[in-house]
Amino acid sequence: MKAKVHVTLKNGVLDPQGKAIHNALGSLGFEGVDEVRQGKVIELDLADTDEAAARAKVEEMCKKLLANTVIENYAIELSA
Amino acid sequence: MKSSILVFPGTNRERDVAHALVRAGSAEPAYVWHHDTSLPPSDLIVVPGGFAHGDYLRCGAMAARSPIMPAVIEAAAKGVPILGICNGFQVLCESGLLPGALMRNAALKFVCRDVTLEVATSDSPFTHSLAKGHRMTVPVAHHDGNYFADPETLKALEDGDRVAFRYVDNPNGSINDIAGILSENRRVLGMMPHPENATDPKIGRIDGQGLFTAIATALEGAAA
Amino acid sequence: MTIANTAITPEIVAEHGLTPDEYDRVLDIMGREPTLTELGIFSVMWSEHCSYKSSRVWLKKFPTERPWVIQGPGENAGVIDIGDGLAAIFKIESHNHPSFIEPYQGAATGVGGILRDVFTMGARPIANLNALRFGAPDHPKTKHLVSGVVAGIGGYGNCVGVPTVAGETEFDPAYNGNILVNAMTVGLARADRIFYAKAAGIGNPVVYVGAKTGRDGIHGATMASAEFNEDSEEKRPTVQVGDPFTEKLLIEACLELMAEDAIVAIQDMGAAGLTSSSVEMSDKGGTGIDLDLDKVPVREEGMTAYEIMLSESQERMLMVLKPEATEKARAIMEKWELDYAEIGFVTDTGRLRLSKDGEIKADIPVQPLVSQSPVYDRPYLPTPPRAVLAPEETTAPGDLMQALVRLMGGPNLSSRRWIWEQYDHLIMGDTAIRPGGDASVVRVRDTDKALALSVDCTPRYCYADPVQGGRQAVAECWRNITATGAQPLAMTDNLNFGNPERPEIMGQFAGCVVGMAEACDVLDFPVIGGNVSLYNETAGQAILPTPVVGGVGVLDDIEKRVPIAYGAEGLTLIEIGANTGWLGSSRYLRDIEGEDKGAPPPVDLALERKTGDAVRGLIADGLIEACHDISDGGVLVAVTEMALASRIGADIAPDAALPLHAWAFGEDQARYVVATNAPDTVIERLAALDIPATSLGKTGGTTLTVGSGMTISLDSVAEAHEGFFPTLMGE
Repeated sequence: MKAKVHVTLKNGVLDPQGKAIHNALGSLGFEGVDEVRQGKVIELDLADTDEAAARAKVEEMCKKLLANTVIENYAIELSA
Repeated sequence: MKSSILVFPGTNRERDVAHALVRAGSAEPAYVWHHDTSLPPSDLIVVPGGFAHGDYLRCGAMAARSPIMPAVIEAAAKGVPILGICNGFQVLCESGLLPGALMRNAALKFVCRDVTLEVATSDSPFTHSLAKGHRMTVPVAHHDGNYFADPETLKALEDGDRVAFRYVDNPNGSINDIAGILSENRRVLGMMPHPENATDPKIGRIDGQGLFTAIATALEGAAA
Repeated sequence: MTIANTAITPEIVAEHGLTPDEYDRVLDIMGREPTLTELGIFSVMWSEHCSYKSSRVWLKKFPTERPWVIQGPGENAGVIDIGDGLAAIFKIESHNHPSFIEPYQGAATGVGGILRDVFTMGARPIANLNALRFGAPDHPKTKHLVSGVVAGIGGYGNCVGVPTVAGETEFDPAYNGNILVNAMTVGLARADRIFYAKAAGIGNPVVYVGAKTGRDGIHGATMASAEFNEDSEEKRPTVQVGDPFTEKLLIEACLELMAEDAIVAIQDMGAAGLTSSSVEMSDKGGTGIDLDLDKVPVREEGMTAYEIMLSESQERMLMVLKPEATEKARAIMEKWELDYAEIGFVTDTGRLRLSKDGEIKADIPVQPLVSQSPVYDRPYLPTPPRAVLAPEETTAPGDLMQALVRLMGGPNLSSRRWIWEQYDHLIMGDTAIRPGGDASVVRVRDTDKALALSVDCTPRYCYADPVQGGRQAVAECWRNITATGAQPLAMTDNLNFGNPERPEIMGQFAGCVVGMAEACDVLDFPVIGGNVSLYNETAGQAILPTPVVGGVGVLDDIEKRVPIAYGAEGLTLIEIGANTGWLGSSRYLRDIEGEDKGAPPPVDLALERKTGDAVRGLIADGLIEACHDISDGGVLVAVTEMALASRIGADIAPDAALPLHAWAFGEDQARYVVATNAPDTVIERLAALDIPATSLGKTGGTTLTVGSGMTISLDSVAEAHEGFFPTLMGE
């Protein structure tokens, strides 16, 4: 089973990298971009076959290591 | 004074802080490898600067989960003073020993320069001999030193007199100009600047020595 | 086992950058058609980058020996004795082409490569330097390249924990299509604990340590030897990606292993990776090496022998170990989470034999591969001399102080703070003189000694007159080290030029080498290693000849160092050396008047020596508070730089016998400005040696004043000086 973890900064946490990308997009002439937030994607290849068990495990990984819940949110996407 | 300095793969200022401690009268500190699970008897634990685990994932994230950290957390609970500098501050935040997080500098670039710090409280083993408002010039050298905490945490820090140092010229966008903070029991200090690189009269920078002298006198006083 | 078989066509030979003549020589050495892997090995070993085929006949001219030289050119890095049983190990190397294609990774891996060259020899790296050259500031690629290169150098050096303490940066349209990124590392070791690359001990294990091998940078070494064409920007896949974290582990692991009695020979896998490391080790030892490529740790599946041998994956080392030490070595590498693999052994066959998948993939006699590599004594055309330009033949600026502000705030003399604040220049706590002065000074840990380090070159002089330019590059580096009070001991050179197959480029090369060699000799400043980077041209447009000199000097008492900042009011500023207002090929003419004309200032080497030795003596005797060499921009720029560093003004008088702008901006050599409390003693001592010394005026106040009435506030100069980079970078 494969898991994709999306880690993003929480709303309200300043994202200087997103801001810089936003500025760069503006200077390249891309208009109408209201906001840019940068995050990261972590791909995991799991031995589990049971979706609920896999989700629980990845959930724990996120809390323990993959995301810093002080400043980051995470979302888990599972696929066979 | 017996000090232990944690060493993770990628730690790179362990020798710098060891020199500063020895200059302040400490015995030669013990280097403790991240894979160890216990600490030698220590009056002080230092988490030094560097790029533990390459700063990959997040600065300090993997180091904060290394095998040695449960022993550090246990020592902290017993009141052993813990000093985290730069990457060490990031590790302490990631481990939950200190609140908040250190984010990418506001200017997005690594910054190495002298900054002026103001001592924000004398109430700690690290700053007891430094007057509140005392200014010192020490270097910073980091890419992710932009301190962030949510409003409640920030209020708790400010109300609890737990901001140890503030920048006079904020180099990284830290909230409330915070350069260093204390734990609730005031025995854990995390700071981004490098006092250990300003302790040598022959090099011409000595403002950081006061912090190490303060630690040494506090611990000797406690031992006596 | 059988020899693997691929038909080698003339097209394949050409793709490997070998000429038909060179291929005939391959056939001669092999006595048969080579395998593809063998052809690849010949191709990289005989590339310009590895074989120095166009430059070798000239490099022999450099003086490489002096009593304090422990190891000259030919090893991973040069070694000098700095006293007290200690040695300084250093080298400079270019990463020009990769940095143009991918600035961050190109520059980062340049730093990684030169660090490995130094710690391979047993040294702990203690300082990094770099010499950078970019195109015109307004060229569309410049900003991107500056930002990527600086971030890459910082990203790597900061993470490995080695301070980046000095450098130089220049902008000129001649580098629009070919930037230069030259990186230098200086390390310290015990003089009796130096490690070399000589494979010895038949049957001893050959061990691979570090990162895994992937398909990175295959043919990087041949890329570095080929002129750019318009397709170059498509060559991205051959750029290697660096991992400073692994490098840091490799440094610590190697130094830990070196403290054991385990290593017979060690060589880093730089350009041409496993090929050059195994070939060089067996060649130096006069032995052979058998490697089983199935044992090489790989990152990707299905890698061929050809790919494994030519990969330029970073952060890897090859060692010959004592057989009894392998378990200890394995344990150390495991502790540092690095790959460790015994991949072969030393033989007495004199051949490099590679096997994979049960087949012999290559079987090459090492000695002919190295010694019969092509050498070209390429035709050269000396650069025609330029007419000497009298000061009166140059255009004076409308307003001297405004011209000064334009220079100080211009691309080439403005503050480089934007760059060096992105480098951790203070880690290790030993940086006593930071970037921004003449040479930087770094203390030798646990002693009172210090090293003074500087990198220098003035390409416009080299272009106008290669011999004088070559002399000047060496003299300026020597002068910068002298200006801190240190004794210059040795240098490393990075010779960056265009296409050597063009006689006029080869003429520049030959002239510069001759001039440098003369200077090294007179100044007792031997060359102990270096690097040649040719083919720095795009569509026939070559860079300015740029022979960068990286020098190291020693100061026995760190407390006797002097900075460029005079730090006090009321000191007397003295100009040492003769000012004739020499404006030919000057910074003033090039950047303010937009003119490239006139012969560059001649370099009288005996006078350089005499003047520098005298200045060093004055510093040693405690008579000097601050010292700055006079180079780009002349005496007024030198005084202004001292004032800016001090944040204290100065009031100085010009020489009425010269046109004002020529006095101010002329670039006569062998000159210094010193600030002193004892002007009479200083002038008397110099007079006794027949060295001209002129009192310029006094330090103090918040303005710079020249003569009567030409005044500008230091703040306004500082604003221009500090503003250039942030403005260029859009901040």
